Parts: sequence; C-alpha cells; structure tokens
Amino acid sequence: MSATFTKSMARNIFYGGAVFFFLLFVGLTFDTMQVLPKRDHRENITPEVVRGKHIWETRDCIGCHTLLGEGAYFAPELGNVYKRRGPEFIKAWIKAQPTGAPGRRQMPQFHLTDAQLNDLVAFLKWTSEINTNNWPPNIEG
Amino acid sequence: MQYKSQAVAKPYFIAAIGLFTGQILFGLIMGLQYVVGDFLFPEIPFNVARMVHTNLLIVWLLFGFMGSAYYLVPEESETELFSPKLAQVLFWIFLLAGAATVLGYLLVPYATLARMTGNNILATMGREFLEQPLPTKVGIVIVALAFLFNITMTVLKGRKTSITLVLLIGLWGLAVFFLFSFYNPSNLVLDKYFWWWVVHLWVEGVWELILGALLAFVLIKVTGVDREVIEKWLYVIIAMSLITGLIGTGHHYYWIGTPESWLWFGSVFSALEPIPFFMMTVFAFNMVNRRRREHPNKAATLWALGTGVMSFLGAGVWGFLHTLAPVNYYTHGTQITAAHGHMAFYGAYVMVVITMISYAMPVLRGRAANSERAQVLEMWSFWIMTVSIVFITLFLTAAGILQVWLQRISATPMGFMATQDQISLFYWLREISGVFFLVGLVLYIASFFIKGGKTVSA
Ligand code: HEC
Ligand code: HEM
Ligand code: HEM
Ligand SMILES: [Fe+2]
Repeated sequence: MSATFTKSMARNIFYGGAVFFFLLFVGLTFDTMQVLPKRDHRENITPEVVRGKHIWETRDCIGCHTLLGEGAYFAPELGNVYKRRGPEFIKAWIKAQPTGAPGRRQMPQFHLTDAQLNDLVAFLKWTSEINTNNWPPNIEG
Repeated sequence: MQYKSQAVAKPYFIAAIGLFTGQILFGLIMGLQYVVGDFLFPEIPFNVARMVHTNLLIVWLLFGFMGSAYYLVPEESETELFSPKLAQVLFWIFLLAGAATVLGYLLVPYATLARMTGNNILATMGREFLEQPLPTKVGIVIVALAFLFNITMTVLKGRKTSITLVLLIGLWGLAVFFLFSFYNPSNLVLDKYFWWWVVHLWVEGVWELILGALLAFVLIKVTGVDREVIEKWLYVIIAMSLITGLIGTGHHYYWIGTPESWLWFGSVFSALEPIPFFMMTVFAFNMVNRRRREHPNKAATLWALGTGVMSFLGAGVWGFLHTLAPVNYYTHGTQITAAHGHMAFYGAYVMVVITMISYAMPVLRGRAANSERAQVLEMWSFWIMTVSIVFITLFLTAAGILQVWLQRISATPMGFMATQDQISLFYWLREISGVFFLVGLVLYIASFFIKGGKTVSA
C-alpha cells in the first residue's frame, strides 16, 4: 500500500466505517420491526403457539431438522410440514417414533402428551403461515 | 518468553487441542449416522452428537482466543499480565463448566436438562449453537468479563498498540453480542432475527477483528516487517470486514419472515464480504515475501499463510457461492451450507488459533522453534488436515448440488429422505475424508512429543 496512505487514515476509515454501518444496520432493524407484524401475523400467536415453541426448543428438534431453512440438515424441513402433512399426520408421526427401520435415520420418542402435541402442531401451523418470500421452492421443503 | 505471565496461555492451548479432538470424534459419529441412520441410536441421537460437535468447536476456539490473548497482550503491552492468578482460576472454571455441559448433553435427556437448569425461568435453550443451559451461558458471560477485565487492565497499564486495540475491540464485541443469546422472544421471526446477531455478527463481524489481530501479531514476529505497514493493513482489512459484514447480515434475512428489502441489502453487501478475506490472503503472502529475517519456525509461517488462503476459500469463495438471494433461494439449509460452514470455520478460526499455538507453544516451552523433525511432522499434519477439509467441502458441495437438484429444482421433486438416499455415496466419501482429518490431527498432537534433532534456543 502506498506511503501517502497512512496508518491513521486507515484507522479513521475503520472507525468511521464501523460506526456508520452499525448505525445503518440499527436503522434497518428499526424499519424491519415496523413492517414485521404484517408478515409474521403475531396476532395469531396464541398461548398454544407459545407453549409449542417451548416444547420445540426443549426437545432440540432443531438439532436434526431445519425450520425455515435454519438448523440441521439431517431430517426434513419442518417450516412447511403443517402444509405438507397436516396436523393429524404430525401427531401420529411423533407418537410412533422411532421407526426402528434398520439402517434408517431415527427420530427419538419424546413421550409427549396429547395436549403437548396440540401445542406443537399449533406452533408449526403458525410458523407455516409466516410470509417467507415464497420459500421453500416447493412443498418438499 | 519475554514476560513470565505469558505462561498462563499454555493450559489454554492444551485444553483447546484436547477439546478439538473431542469435536472431531463427534463429527465422525454424525458422519456415520448420516449413512447408517441407527448408529448409536438411541444412546447418542444425532442432535446430541451435533450439540457436542458444534459446542466443543465454539468452546475450544474461545479457549484458543483467550490463550492467544494471554500470550499476545503482555508482549505487545510490554508489561506482565494484570493478574496471572485470575487467568489460572478462570481456566479451571471454564474447563469444568464446559465439561459439565457436555456431560449434561450426553447423560441427561435434553428436556430434563432444560428443566433442571432453570430454562423455565428464562428460556434460552434449544436454538442452534445456543443449546447451552442457562448456568453455562451465565458462566460464559462471567468468564468472558473477568478475562476482558484482566487483559484490558494489562493494556491500560502498558504500551498501547493497534494490534492490542483491535484485539480488544474484537473480544469485547464477542462478549457484547453474546448477550443476545439471552433474548428469546416467543415470536419465532424475532427470535431468528436476533439469533443472527450472535452467530453472524460473531463470525462475519467481531471475530474477524480477532482473526486479523492474531494474524498481524504472528506476521510481525515471523517476518520482521515494519509494524506500521502491518498495522495499516490490519485497519484496512477490518474496516472492510465491518463495512460489508454488518449489513451483510441481511443474507440471513431472505426467508425467515423479514421484509423483501433484505433481499437487496443482503445480496449486495454480503457479495462484498469476500473482499476483506481476499485482502487477508494478499496481506499474509505480501508480508512473508517482504520478510526481513528467516524465522526458524517454518511451521508457524505455513499456518499463517494457510489461514489467509483457506479463510478466503471457505468464507470468501464458498460464502459467495450461495450468498446472492436468487441462489440462496435454492441452496438455503442444504449440504451447501454445511460445506461452507466447515471450510470457513476451519480456514479462518481453527487455522488462526493453530497459527498462534504453533508460534507461541515452542516459546512457552523455552525455544524459538521446535526441532526440524517436529516441524516436518507438524507441516505434514497441516497438509493432511487442510486437504481433508477441502475434500469434505467438495463432497458436501457435490451432495448439496444433487440435493438441490432432486428436491428443489426438478419438475417432479423428490422428498427429503428419498433425496438423501440418492446422495449417500457422497456422505460416505465425506466420512472417509473425516477419518483422514483425524489422522492429521493425531499427527499434529504427536508433533508436540517429538524430541531430538537440533532445537533453536529462545
Ligand atoms: C435425532 C434426530 C431428530 C430429532 C431430535 C427430531 N427428529 Fe423429527 N425426524 C427425524 C428424522 C430422521 C425424520 C425422518 C425419518 C424417516 O423418514 O424415517 C424425522 C421426521 C419428522 C417428521 C415428519 C416429516 C415429514 O415431512 O414426513 C416430523 C413432523 C418431525 N420429524 C417432527 C419432529 C419434532 C416436532 C421434533 C422435536 C420435538 C423432532 N422431529 C425431533 C429426526 C429427528
Ligand atoms: C473431520 C470430520 C468432521 C465430520 C465428519 C463432521 C461432520 C459434521 C456433521 C455431520 C455435521 C452436521 C450437519 C447437519 O446439520 O446435518 C457437522 C456440523 C458442523 N461442523 Fe463438522 N465435521 C467434521 C469436522 C469439523 C471441523 C474440523 C469443523 C470446524 C472447523 C466443523 C464444524 C462444524 C460446524 C460449524 C457445523 C455446523 C454447520 C452448519 O450448521 O451449517 N466440523 N459436522
Ligand atoms: C469465517 C467466516 C465465516 C464463517 C465461520 C461462516 C460460517 C457459517 C456457518 C456455520 C453457517 C451456517 C449457519 C447455520 O447453521 O444456519 C453459515 C451460513 C451462511 N454463510 Fe457463512 N461463514 C463465514 C463467512 C461468510 C461469508 C464471507 C459469506 C458471504 C460471502 C457467507 C455466506 C453465508 C450464507 C449466505 C449463509 C446461509 C446459508 C443458508 O442459507 O443456509 N459466510 N456460515
Ligand atoms: Fe452470515
């Protein structure tokens, strides 16, 4: 790098750039927060959905599955599983695990009650209604 | 060793390498579960192995960063560490907390662990990379703050260099952004939005400052190039990191419910994120070419150059590959992501920590560099691990392309599990590459025990 471009100039670009773009990021975040309610339909976050998210987290479903494309890549996407499979299939599926099919990837048995399964399904239903800019490309996730 | 208190770095480095080995073993377990689905089921379900794999990665990198700081800061500040005692105590607290957490994952069902550790009071668990129980998260914050206090006080009482300043900003940023791990709203979209303030703003933000500072330090040492030149580069690189990387967070805001404007912000800014990584490569080679002396530690120089190249490939090239929204629409959450995650983490953060260890450990053991034989073995381990990770990345990329094709692009899309069956060959190849990686790691550890040959005294 040329000698006329000094270290203190470089330092100023760092400080100026960091502060400017951090503030811009905060500004964009603020703007996003204004728009989100229309896209996440938070009016539909019922107590069931809240409890369902808690069950989702405390069973670490994200350690095998993706949810809206984030998580682990070992098992099917579940952001749209409500639309792909419907509530009854989901509940029956979770109750029936593990499949025990030799050599096939396994999902544990979580011993969830019917009420807990309903909560989980409510959470997955609400999630499937988030406006995700049309992701995933098709129903298979 | 110029300052006695630098010696506290040694246990940190040893622990880092030990936990690294654990990480790789669990990686291999998961790699096998990908193709033999019921392997170790139900004893170690995939998600448990994954938590152990990724949390060990983060914890050992933190050990590596802390050890590096304890080594670097006294030397740069030209003064003894503020409190070596505190550093020693924190080491044991962090190690025991880490071990207890991993044992918790392995021995207790996750839901029980959550209940036992107060997750009902403040729910923070069950999110990727942030699976730690509440006490562990609080422990991380306490250890980080005490550590930051220690090195900040050291810097304040000694010489202030650009390198220590950048390192401090990076480490403080690491601690500050981790606080977002305590924010877990029941609205999933908000949860995800701020989850990235930990994950993305770490690896594509403040950690890059740490990376740059450590690399700059080692380059000054092994090349003898003028500090003014190196520090100028450092500032330009990290300026570019934050200018591109902050708004670049938007590449995670395409499909999680956030507004469409992020498709543009994310694509444009994250497309520029490879620039600082490219500069890092040019920087490393430039400085080594302009070296004013021949440092006897050839291995450390090799790791430093490797960091430049591999971080550019993993973060820059493999990041760019899937960062534009129209591409990410198809690749989001597939093996392409895993391919990139592996090479980027290895190339940037694993390699920079090993660079520091490679440079500092001989000095901590009373010599400028290891014997010729030990260095040759270390350089073999460099090549084996690095080539293995390249192959892991290539096989996962192949798997990912097929996955996207079969499951997302094809006119008759296949289901997830059927697609996985189709691409199992690549998972086998990834697993074989992983075994080679483990061999490289074992050789790396063995290089610490090679005696004989001529050593260069410090
Ligand atoms: C240890 C890994 C693992 C964990 C943890 C896990 N799953 Fe699964 N899950 C799987 C696998 C593997 C499959 C596909 C199995 C098959 O097709 O045979 C699956 C399939 C499913 C399916 C069917 C998807 C479809 O499209 O057919 C649903 C629904 C599901 N899981 C829900 C959950 C929920 C809810 C949780 C958390 C309470 C969870 N899973 C935790 C591994 C896991
Ligand atoms: C050497 C053998 C290794 C094997 C077989 C292996 C295997 C795996 C597997 C199977 C996953 C889970 C992928 C999924 O979610 O489905 C994973 C995740 C991960 N591994 Fe490894 N791994 C290895 C080494 C490493 C190394 C050296 C690093 C660090 C540099 C690393 C970092 C990660 C990270 C960051 C994730 C999370 C990835 C993501 O969420 O995209 N792994 N690994
Ligand atoms: C050293 C720096 C980097 C590291 C350690 C890193 C690591 C990772 C990891 C682990 C993930 C997976 C996160 C998850 O589990 O959901 C990820 C995702 C991603 N990274 Fe990076 N990354 C780095 C730099 C970059 C850069 C520079 C770019 C862009 C040029 C980039 C683009 C992306 C994108 C687009 C995703 C999302 C993938 C998806 O949609 O599934 N990364 N990164
Ligand atoms: Fe990112």
